[in-house]
Amino acid sequence: MKIIVCVKQVPDTSGKVAVNPDGTLDRASMQTITNPDDLNAVEAALKLKDETGCKVVVVTMGPPPAEGMLREILARGADEAVLVSAREFGGSDTYATSQILASAINRIGLEQDDVVMCGRQAIDGDTAQVGPQIAEKLHLPQVTYAAEIHKAGNAITVKRMLEDGYMTIKVKTPCLLTCIKELNEPRYMSVSGVFEAYSKPMEVFSYETLKDDPLIDPTTIGLKGSPTNILTSFTPPLKGAGVMLEGADKETCDKLAGLLAKKHII
Amino acid sequence: MDFHLTKEQQMLRKMYREFAENEVKPLAEEIDEEERFPMETVEKMAKLGMMGIYFPKEYGGAGGDVLSYAMCVEELAKVCGTTAVIVSAHTSLCCAPIFEHGTEEQKQKYLPDLLSGRKIGAFGLTEPGAGTDASGQQTTAVLEGDHYVLNGSKCFITNGNVADTFVVFAMTDKKAGNHGISAFIVERDFPGFSQGKHEKKMGIRGSSTCDLIFEDCIVPKENLLGKEGKGFKIAMQTLDGGRIGIASQALGLAEGAIDEAVKYTKERVQFGRRLSQFQNTQFQLADMACRTQAAQHLVYAAAMAKENHESYSEKAAMAKLFAAETASDVTRRAVQLFGGYGYTREYPVERMMRDAKITEIYEGTSEVQRMVIAKYLGVN
Repeated sequence: MKIIVCVKQVPDTSGKVAVNPDGTLDRASMQTITNPDDLNAVEAALKLKDETGCKVVVVTMGPPPAEGMLREILARGADEAVLVSAREFGGSDTYATSQILASAINRIGLEQDDVVMCGRQAIDGDTAQVGPQIAEKLHLPQVTYAAEIHKAGNAITVKRMLEDGYMTIKVKTPCLLTCIKELNEPRYMSVSGVFEAYSKPMEVFSYETLKDDPLIDPTTIGLKGSPTNILTSFTPPLKGAGVMLEGADKETCDKLAGLLAKKHII
Repeated sequence: MDFHLTKEQQMLRKMYREFAENEVKPLAEEIDEEERFPMETVEKMAKLGMMGIYFPKEYGGAGGDVLSYAMCVEELAKVCGTTAVIVSAHTSLCCAPIFEHGTEEQKQKYLPDLLSGRKIGAFGLTEPGAGTDASGQQTTAVLEGDHYVLNGSKCFITNGNVADTFVVFAMTDKKAGNHGISAFIVERDFPGFSQGKHEKKMGIRGSSTCDLIFEDCIVPKENLLGKEGKGFKIAMQTLDGGRIGIASQALGLAEGAIDEAVKYTKERVQFGRRLSQFQNTQFQLADMACRTQAAQHLVYAAAMAKENHESYSEKAAMAKLFAAETASDVTRRAVQLFGGYGYTREYPVERMMRDAKITEIYEGTSEVQRMVIAKYLGVN
């Protein structure tokens, strides 16, 4: 049994966010972190590894410096890493990204009791689409918003978070789960893990590596193969000066409610 | 000459920082206020391999290097001086002498538990009458058949109330002076061994500091560390390494105080301007940062020299002297930049100033460091 975890290096949105002229994010100029939900997926995989001794393989698509993030996840306890990296893959939207990641997972190979895990969504794109799309391309059952995961044989029981409650779902492996932060508390790297991180196996899948997969077609990957294109990106306007309403009567309250409703706050 | 950290060291720095921010900083004020040893933090550090960083894996260590250890103490001290010294005393003063001077049997017996953090270590050298003059040892050890009988006491022992394993020094031959001192590994439950009460200190108040008392304490003969009469040398060598740890603690305290002062002076407004816009603030912070950077280079150079098995006694003494005096100076200036608020316990800088003072005293006072450096220069 193995668990393949898809992770993404994202800009640290607590710092400055920069945008390229074509509207895509200027990833090179920003401080990066591992997408927080993805770390929950990594932790869920490592917990299953603690229980069952299974193998944990971590996969990312990104520029060569994303190797640093993969090494950090190896230092937390993952066994192997795969960096999917090629110019041809750049500028992909969620459709193209999931196409490429699905082909990478095909290349790694999925067996009967394997599990693919993703984070719920990445804090840069905020779409929450890549996980479910990978599941579709690989014809896997999917459970999103996993808040609890238990594995018994070839079945996984998942507590799935909904807006106003939870549902419990039993799913057969192989399957894909997307994880939320309520699932667990990600562990730290360990000192010995750091010293082992650079001797663990790490492979780079280039365009050449994946090009024979039926999912990889120049018309379905990268910026050109993306059905959606970003037309423009802009910084939301700053909030203006605050408005003070004076009075302690119903009329003032109604006025306040009206103002808030107009701005779609309530 | 290479001023770059390795990839592993950079990754570790990130890990230490995350751990310090999330696990250590939130407790710092409470353990200082309550003078409480943060056992829960030690358990977490143990799991992550932070209690045996630079020792080989075959003895249960994390397989790291001395600079990676110094950086750990530094990052912890940025947010909590107490947590930093717990790691430093355990690693440098107890694990290191057993690793460097122990027999294979002693290493096999004691190191796995210590390096994995299942057990905590301490070092017993200082006595009421033997501080800077460490040769004035009054504790005695007499060989009787298959064991030594220890009598006497030790004072100001870091980790004293919580440690399981102690490296202790005693006179086996009073007439031989320095050459009559021997080192022993003492376990917490050896008959005749007990600990005194927790000392009430000005700073590092969460750290456990107490007396050790030996009343006809029975120590098996095989627990002699090194040869009889070589104890003074073991103590001095151990303290050379320990000084890198304390220098790292002092460095971290200075860095932590600068972080706090930068943040505060950018927020606080007087005369319609942020404090950071006044040139006095800028010049103070520039001086503080400059001294601290210089201290960091001395500390890292000493750690690298130890790692590379070069002579580092004088480098450790210089690093500790300069870093400790920097920590005292920088934390005091940080309190000043905070003004009246800096004097209250609502803000962390007064704690940093209290914690910094001890770095000029323990593991050899600043005056002892000057003695070591002068001897290195040949002016003795």
